[in-house]
Amino acid sequence: LGLALYASSLCAASGAAFLYHDYCVIGAGPSGLQAAYFLQQANRDYIVFERSHAPGSFFALYPRHRKLISINKQYTGKSNSEFNLRHDWNSLLSHDRRLLFRRYSRDFFPDADVMVRYLEDFASLLKLRVQYNTAIVHVTLERDEQAWNGHYFLLTDQDRQNYNCSSLLVATGTWVPNVVNFPGSEYVEGYETVSINPEDFAGQTVLILGRGNSAFETAENILGVTNFIHMVSRSRVRLSWATHYVGDLRAINNGLLDTYQLKSLDGLLEGDLEDLAIVKDKKGKLHITLRFYLENRNTSAGIDSITLPQDELDNFATRAPYDRVIRCLGWKFDFSIYNRSLRMMPGKGNKKKYPQIKPSYESRGTRGLFVLGTASHSVDFRKSAGGFIHGFRYTTRAVHRLLENRHHGVPWPSTVYPITQLTNSIIKRVNEASGLYQMFSVLADIILLRENATAFEYLEEYPVGVLAELEMQTGRKAPNGLFVVIMEYGRNFSGADKDVFYYNRAVGEAQHAWQSNFLHPVIYYYKHLPTEREMRLRPPDWPLPRPDAVHHIVEDFLTDWTAPNAHILPLRRFLENCLSTDLRNFFAESCFLFAFTRQKLPPFCRQGYVRMQGLVGSEGLRRHAVEAGLLEDYTLIDFSGDKALDSYKGSQDQLLRDHTIPVRPLQHLVNSKDE
Amino acid sequence: ELSPQEYFGSLQAGRASLAYFSPNVSPGAQPFLEQIENSAEALQDYGISVVKVNCPKEDVSRYCGKENAVRRAYLFRGNMLIREFPTDALFDVNSIVANVLFALLFNEVKYVETLADLQNVENALKGRSNMVFAYVPATGTAEHRAVMEAAFVYGTVHQFVLTTEATLLKDTGGDEPDVSSARLLFCHCQRATDLAQPCRRTAMGQALTILNIHRHLKLMGAPLVTEVAEDPEKVSTVHLQLGLPLVFILSQKETYEADRRTAEFVAWQLLGKAGVALLSRDRVDLNVLLRSNVALKTPDEGVPIKYLVLEDTDEVITLVEDKSKVKQIQEEEEEEGDEEDEDEKENNNQDIQDDQVVEAVSRDKKRELPLEQILVLTEETFHSALLETARTVVLFYASWEAVSLAVLRSYTEVADHLKGTRGVLLSRVNCWDWPGVCTKENVTQFPTIKIYEKGERSVMYDGMWETEELTSFIMLSRVSCPLKLATIEEAEGYLRGEFPSELSSYHHTSILGVFSTAASEAREAFEEAGSILSGHVMTGMYFEDDALALSRKYAVSPPALLLARSGGRRVEGIALSKQSAQDVVRMIRYELLDIFPEITVQNLPRYLQLRKPFLILFSDGDIGQMESKEMLKVAKERPQQAFVACWMNLKKTPVGRGVLKAYFATVPSLPLLVWVNLHAGGQVFKFPSEQTITEMNILSWLEKLKAGLEIPSSTLSEEDWKPPLPAYDFLQMMETAVPELPLHTSHRREDTPARPPPESPGGDTTIREEPPQDTKAEKVGSPGRDLRGTAPRLAAREKQGKRHSEL
Repeated sequence: LGLALYASSLCAASGAAFLYHDYCVIGAGPSGLQAAYFLQQANRDYIVFERSHAPGSFFALYPRHRKLISINKQYTGKSNSEFNLRHDWNSLLSHDRRLLFRRYSRDFFPDADVMVRYLEDFASLLKLRVQYNTAIVHVTLERDEQAWNGHYFLLTDQDRQNYNCSSLLVATGTWVPNVVNFPGSEYVEGYETVSINPEDFAGQTVLILGRGNSAFETAENILGVTNFIHMVSRSRVRLSWATHYVGDLRAINNGLLDTYQLKSLDGLLEGDLEDLAIVKDKKGKLHITLRFYLENRNTSAGIDSITLPQDELDNFATRAPYDRVIRCLGWKFDFSIYNRSLRMMPGKGNKKKYPQIKPSYESRGTRGLFVLGTASHSVDFRKSAGGFIHGFRYTTRAVHRLLENRHHGVPWPSTVYPITQLTNSIIKRVNEASGLYQMFSVLADIILLRENATAFEYLEEYPVGVLAELEMQTGRKAPNGLFVVIMEYGRNFSGADKDVFYYNRAVGEAQHAWQSNFLHPVIYYYKHLPTEREMRLRPPDWPLPRPDAVHHIVEDFLTDWTAPNAHILPLRRFLENCLSTDLRNFFAESCFLFAFTRQKLPPFCRQGYVRMQGLVGSEGLRRHAVEAGLLEDYTLIDFSGDKALDSYKGSQDQLLRDHTIPVRPLQHLVNSKDE
Repeated sequence: ELSPQEYFGSLQAGRASLAYFSPNVSPGAQPFLEQIENSAEALQDYGISVVKVNCPKEDVSRYCGKENAVRRAYLFRGNMLIREFPTDALFDVNSIVANVLFALLFNEVKYVETLADLQNVENALKGRSNMVFAYVPATGTAEHRAVMEAAFVYGTVHQFVLTTEATLLKDTGGDEPDVSSARLLFCHCQRATDLAQPCRRTAMGQALTILNIHRHLKLMGAPLVTEVAEDPEKVSTVHLQLGLPLVFILSQKETYEADRRTAEFVAWQLLGKAGVALLSRDRVDLNVLLRSNVALKTPDEGVPIKYLVLEDTDEVITLVEDKSKVKQIQEEEEEEGDEEDEDEKENNNQDIQDDQVVEAVSRDKKRELPLEQILVLTEETFHSALLETARTVVLFYASWEAVSLAVLRSYTEVADHLKGTRGVLLSRVNCWDWPGVCTKENVTQFPTIKIYEKGERSVMYDGMWETEELTSFIMLSRVSCPLKLATIEEAEGYLRGEFPSELSSYHHTSILGVFSTAASEAREAFEEAGSILSGHVMTGMYFEDDALALSRKYAVSPPALLLARSGGRRVEGIALSKQSAQDVVRMIRYELLDIFPEITVQNLPRYLQLRKPFLILFSDGDIGQMESKEMLKVAKERPQQAFVACWMNLKKTPVGRGVLKAYFATVPSLPLLVWVNLHAGGQVFKFPSEQTITEMNILSWLEKLKAGLEIPSSTLSEEDWKPPLPAYDFLQMMETAVPELPLHTSHRREDTPARPPPESPGGDTTIREEPPQDTKAEKVGSPGRDLRGTAPRLAAREKQGKRHSEL
């Protein structure tokens, strides 16, 4: 390969040799490989460029202390492979069962080296086309009417080899370390290079800049050997268990919070890093001062002339000098390789480390350029899991499906079911689907109703941000209304500063389901596909605009939403009322009665019994139904004569005549059931 | 307010007035004065003026001067003093009106204290006028006032008798009368001819209010039986105007006298509950069945008159009384409903399971199923298991899905039936555990049953979810279809059901395709059809050189089908003219249908597919030979019948009673022949019970039906299947609780009417904003899950009478 590369770069140097691919993927990290997998499965012409000699180069270096904080759960008590992916945050999606992360490591928080090995295996076992040692240094556009998007992407690597692509998938992640510049920042060590040997910190006093997982990870490592550690950052600490956002401080790294609150010398401070300044004294100790003091003095004077805060305020918190200052401020996207014409713009506010993209993951500036993986996290930053493997493996699949439809006329995969399977389809998905679960509020299942609501079409894991464009993006039609199945946390439940352990935090009754706080399924019903405008004007914090009706399945302690009365029954009532039909199941005997006594039959009888697939049911079951007052036993009449007929009124009659009269005979059950 | 001179000067003869003499305003009399002023208006209606006479200080005349004048009121007629009331008898408007009228109507309302007095009054009235007898627990009450007010109006028509003695009430009959509540009885003394007998009495069922008494007297005053000679739809009587039903007794000239007696009898029973009219059919052109003898007209607008055939008068009475009972219950329920708190009302029993399958399965879930015979397959074992046995039956199900679980129960029965059958393995895959296998095997619905042959091809079961049919399907699938028969002996054995030997002990219908060696196109179609029908019917084919011998024996010319039914194995020959496999399948399915089948729950769908009207003979047990023969004749009349002639054994198919009940309200006498236009209009016609079931009678009846000469007994409801109960309206709950949120959406569609945002609904709406510690106490309905509160919560739930499946 090296030779071939060398040869091709020679060619490039000599002239206009362009290598063409339909799809170019930059970066062979988790999202690049995930995209490659789907392109390979679809037999597309693609290539992945990787600047390193192996995939996952980020993980070869980071996290510095080598412990991944994505969980690798060995056991869930279930064999359902889709469900188990909900608790496997490291595996990529593939058909190959060997490529499950739990086969690589038994650690709940695995070592980063295992991730590197896993990614190598993923690329090689699946024979993904990755071109290593190719650093794309420049990307520009080449206008062409014939091209898919009106232009080709022209990529140049470090050897000036050019590549031409119709579609560009950027999976470079965020790898450029964030730095701050202030007077004295030259004394600051970076997370990238700081020693990871605790010995080097013995008896030292350390200041850490930053308050993310990398900062706490660094602190955790040296907590036991330092004099003390102080940690400075602009924002207050956000705990992931309070915010339900995996990017916030995870409990595994929070030893410093413990020592701070127990007054064991370590401490946390809030302050704007831009206002700081660090001065080094003659002994090499580092002093914290304010930029303000430095600006007001003669620069040529020595350290002694610099005002320190403690000169004026003699109990200033960080008046003790530090031996080391470490910067752990995270990373940002590498914007440098894109030509101005691509208009790759940084996001606004706290999203400035990510490029601006649409909810379809397509760049706002350039058609045909999609951003995958961590770099695409602006869509759901601080909300969902789109910046992490267990989230972007699904959004990458969604992007692939959008591309299949756009460029190859392959509509979004879907299954058509008879309407009787509606409740079942939803229950099945909300109980096992991992994409809905991980990418809550971002990916949703879409149910498109067919005419007269006799059948429906089920689309999985569509990005709800582009719901308005559904017909164009999926190639499916939605003329008769739709359901959107999505998972949500309770609004106002999670967030920094909130007490997520208050009494009665969980809702138990189905009728209060809309107040559920923990992750639970929500189903939106629209008579018409929402328009772009409606999407834009949706209430803040809502993933979707106001629906015609909405249903919450009450949160469940076990995340098992299969309870017949608390979960399935209210869902069925919701669906029935949206569709204005009766979705109950009936034994063949009831269908028989309806067939002779009513001109119309309920859907279950119409689609089952009449088509010679009625549910006759065992004798025992029919007896239970009779006891419940939901089925009338006409054999009894033989013994008691016609008079008895009237006394048995009420059960079947209600089914027959009056659907609105509640079935009272059931009530005697109440007590025993509860017990 | 007058001076004594003015007052006495103004008194007119015959005019009544109630006067109160007040020397000056004494503080103690104030409340009484107020009451007397309030009653002025009510008394005004009866021509009684209320006067307050201001006595000058020095006046010592008869009324003003009296020591305790201030404690009394005086009733005058003209200038004659009628009654002197102590003010404590006039404590409120009711007592004032009651006592004043009681005094004035001294003659119209007789007060009795003993039974003898009552009987004297009653006897005196016999043959002359009616009596209204009222019991009130005390005078001066609202009931007393109502009786007096009624007496003021009706006093000249009926004799009113009043008592406060409960003993009198006991003797007037009535079971255990409640002495604390007033009662009123209407005594029909005018009609009484026998002096020895007490007058007939009709008690008023409702509370004693002036309106109810008025209504009751009006009803009693109406003629017992109204004779009607016009269109009953146009008839209106007092009863209908007062919101009571009207019962028509349909009469004919010949039976007029008897009918009249019946009508009177019924009228006495229904007095006060419904009106009775006698309608002579001879004089009105009625478009109803001749057999109808009773009609019911309800006061509700737009409800058509119901014509009925009833056997005795009790039925008429229950007809009316049940209706009023139902209405009463409904009213009571409504009242109860009002008392229940908001939450309950909204709740509406939505959380109570009304799906018979789900409920039955969940009631059965504690029972352990005998699943030993059924192999559990997993993602790992699935493919290897398929290779081990010749045929593997796989049930794909989801352990949380009710229909699957119901089928699993039948499946265990199948396993029991097939125990020891070689070459068949029953197994199951739980798709909730192994979604991968199910997706790969293209299982999109639960449940699905597939039969795999040595891991090669698979057949999906598409029959009823039922033990017998599934067992038979599995058995028949063991033989490949169509079976190629090699010798004529095999073919004969095949038709006798003896070949193939696997199925010899098993009742089944066999179809044999006979082909000449040349007819390959028809053969191919048949081969395909055979494999489509595999499992449902046994198919075989014979195309050897001597096929002609076979066809000659059964008088068919190849290509042809020979059909041997499972019962008698009589062989029928059918010419095979259809060319496509689908046509052949359709033809075979049609040929398999019986001419005069017994309809069961299991086989109805096959006949429903013909989309023809049904002629059903309902029978309690087997049908008689004669009827069976006659019906068969009708069924065979024309080969391509325009209807399905069938019978139903109510012993075997008890749900048939439910069908009859829906048609005729009660189960009529059996056997019974019914015509149902199942797919067009839904009219139900009943074969006249007086005719015997013979081919002739049936055919002429059918002719009449066709000509529209018969009137349907009932029509099947055309109603759509709507949601049985409403869903929780979370959208509205959100809007109520957090009004500012979704209402921001200014883009609300036209068709969803805008709800005005509720005005700042106070404390508990801001729940989420407040520090969470405070919310736990305030949160309405306490949706919490903490185990601390479990016991009290469960107890509270018991009270609610609701049930949930989890803690």
